[in-house]
Amino acid sequence: MPKPRQLAPLDGEEQRLYYELLLGDRCPDPISKGAPCHPWTKEENPLPNVNEISFFLEQAGVGLGREETQRTFLALKQLVDSQELLRCRLWGKILGIESNYYIAEVEGKELDEEEEEQPDRTEEEQKDADTDDKEENAVPQSTYKPPPVVPKETVGTGANKFLYYVCKEPGLPWIKLPSVTPAQIDVSRQIRKLFTGRLEAPVKSYPPFPGNEANYLRAQIARISAGTHVSPQGFFLIMEEEDDEEGEPLQDSYDVNPDFEGIPVSEMAESLSTWVHHVQHILPQGRCTWLNLSMKPSEDIDEDEDMEEAEEEPDEPEPEVGPPLLTPLSQDAELFNTPPWTSKMSSTLTSVHAIAVLRSNLWQGGHAYASGKKFENIYVGWGVKSAGDGFSPSVPPTPLKEYVGDEEITEVPDPTPRDERELAEALVAAQEEMEGSDREDESDDDY
Amino acid sequence: MDADSLHYSLELVAGSGNILNTEHRTALQTSLLILRKNYKFNRVLFWGKIMGIKEDYFIAQGRGDDELKDKKNLYSFNCMDWFLLPPATIPMIEEVSKAATGRFMGDASHVYENTILKKVGDEDEVEEELVRISAVEHRLAVTIHLIDDESSVIPRGAFIKNPHGFVQVNRCFEGLTESQAAKLDSFLHFRDPKTLKKKSLLELSELNQTIDFLDLLTDDVPKGMWSLQFENANKVLILRCLLWLGMTFYHVPMTPQHGYIYIGDGVRNLDLSFML
Repeated sequence: MPKPRQLAPLDGEEQRLYYELLLGDRCPDPISKGAPCHPWTKEENPLPNVNEISFFLEQAGVGLGREETQRTFLALKQLVDSQELLRCRLWGKILGIESNYYIAEVEGKELDEEEEEQPDRTEEEQKDADTDDKEENAVPQSTYKPPPVVPKETVGTGANKFLYYVCKEPGLPWIKLPSVTPAQIDVSRQIRKLFTGRLEAPVKSYPPFPGNEANYLRAQIARISAGTHVSPQGFFLIMEEEDDEEGEPLQDSYDVNPDFEGIPVSEMAESLSTWVHHVQHILPQGRCTWLNLSMKPSEDIDEDEDMEEAEEEPDEPEPEVGPPLLTPLSQDAELFNTPPWTSKMSSTLTSVHAIAVLRSNLWQGGHAYASGKKFENIYVGWGVKSAGDGFSPSVPPTPLKEYVGDEEITEVPDPTPRDERELAEALVAAQEEMEGSDREDESDDDY
Repeated sequence: MDADSLHYSLELVAGSGNILNTEHRTALQTSLLILRKNYKFNRVLFWGKIMGIKEDYFIAQGRGDDELKDKKNLYSFNCMDWFLLPPATIPMIEEVSKAATGRFMGDASHVYENTILKKVGDEDEVEEELVRISAVEHRLAVTIHLIDDESSVIPRGAFIKNPHGFVQVNRCFEGLTESQAAKLDSFLHFRDPKTLKKKSLLELSELNQTIDFLDLLTDDVPKGMWSLQFENANKVLILRCLLWLGMTFYHVPMTPQHGYIYIGDGVRNLDLSFML
């Protein structure tokens, strides 16, 4: 019998890849090495490998517990199956007073245009109602023009780059959160509130928050993503697109770098310059790209020439500039005398296979880990930013002073009933005198 | 969290987001047992973790005969080498509250200094500097004492006061029922009672002296300080304290399993009134 041909033995790497090919539809091994691994690279199946992520997060000391993570995994699978999604990621969990929120970050295939149409319809209805009133009663119109509202960014850009779905408990239906507006981000920076766990709950605060808890949750998610989503340097590269009309290159898009080779874990744990932010910084205006609100006078030229002159006088506001995309963490500002990040290795005893862990000191609960070519961000916490020694709420504005009368308008107190009576009696007495003198005059004339 | 039940209790409180590394868990299992033998504690608890900027402090608490009064706290950086903390006294609390502000550093040799400028007299412009110094160990001891004082929880009936006045574990405690566990007034503060004495005689007459010798959680101010939830598919009752963010108490109804753990930065949430 001839000896069977012996195939060359596969080494570890090849064995693993072969094994994965064999399995086909079944779940791959919890630990798979190979190409840079992040939920965004896997275009075929948007379901993230939560088991693998939770394994690494457990080493970092973060997580939800094995059973809870498994349930969250299944809930994410339910979400992916019910919607057509490009990518899906477990964003994290925000704790609330009555119940908690599990949050998934997704990138959908279709843009949501239905939401943008609805507010226009309500505005048209209001205009119809106003014109009816005008025809009936000519009420003097106030000349007050409220300051222009900063428009929200379109879905797919800036702070609204991803869609977010929340659920209270894995197994309950996923609810989509609305897009965030710059006004909501602005107010959420000034208030400090815990979440109750009900999406329709009002947010009572000063300054008043424009929206309910679902909007507040979305605004906090946007802020946390902008503040704590980091990746190893070199994992993402900025894609250079054609210049915009204004002559500034768009710095919004980035893509996975296929040549990324991973940074050794000890370097990642020691220096912060090996980590970069891959989410755009939110400017003080509330958007990621600055919008010049005073560009509108050009539309009003036809209406009023005087208005045009008045609006050209003030200087144009300076554009707000934030740190560009992919800036290293070593440039993060230090608030309240604490460094913004704490980095360490997950294990000092077995440092060969340890992973680098990054913990945010500003947003407590924001964690990131990196190991070779893999990394992930997660947030598990209360959803509030650290306020240092204490939070001082914004003070309401001082009340307006009363109008000081000038020559044309003076304020005089109303006459009391007694004054009115005396005046009436004086008038009657004066009239009687006049009549008496008239009769005397007449009698004189007669003679 | 009792050291004996550590391996399954940590899963129950994991809903708060912080769990222990497998390495730390293994190290704790052996080192807490060694600690118990060396210090001759009746029980050893893994109290929790205070996260500092550079390093985290792991805290263990040993209990003696009287659970309420015989408490000793120890800290460690690597779950293997434990150092005893001094008991917190009132002058120490005052010293720490004036000197130590901000987050824990994570450095055992750090000394907190706070310079306060004081004017001498109304007319003079001379300013005196009063420097308050406090060591990290003092601050740790005081923080643990305050957290225990303000936010440690036990279910009603879990501890009894024996005729000598010692507070001990109630071996007959079978757990609260689910309906009892859903109410906040089935839980008591595990500290020397403060609000109990202010109750009227009528209310006091309804209490059972062996198990109702502690303050109720519902007497806390501000009222919304506790967040009561059923987690893990309605299996575990979780109480989270909002004054000390990171304090989690768990209880599995109809079983004697209960415990609490603090994993946080060791700073009191003074803004709670704004946040509710």
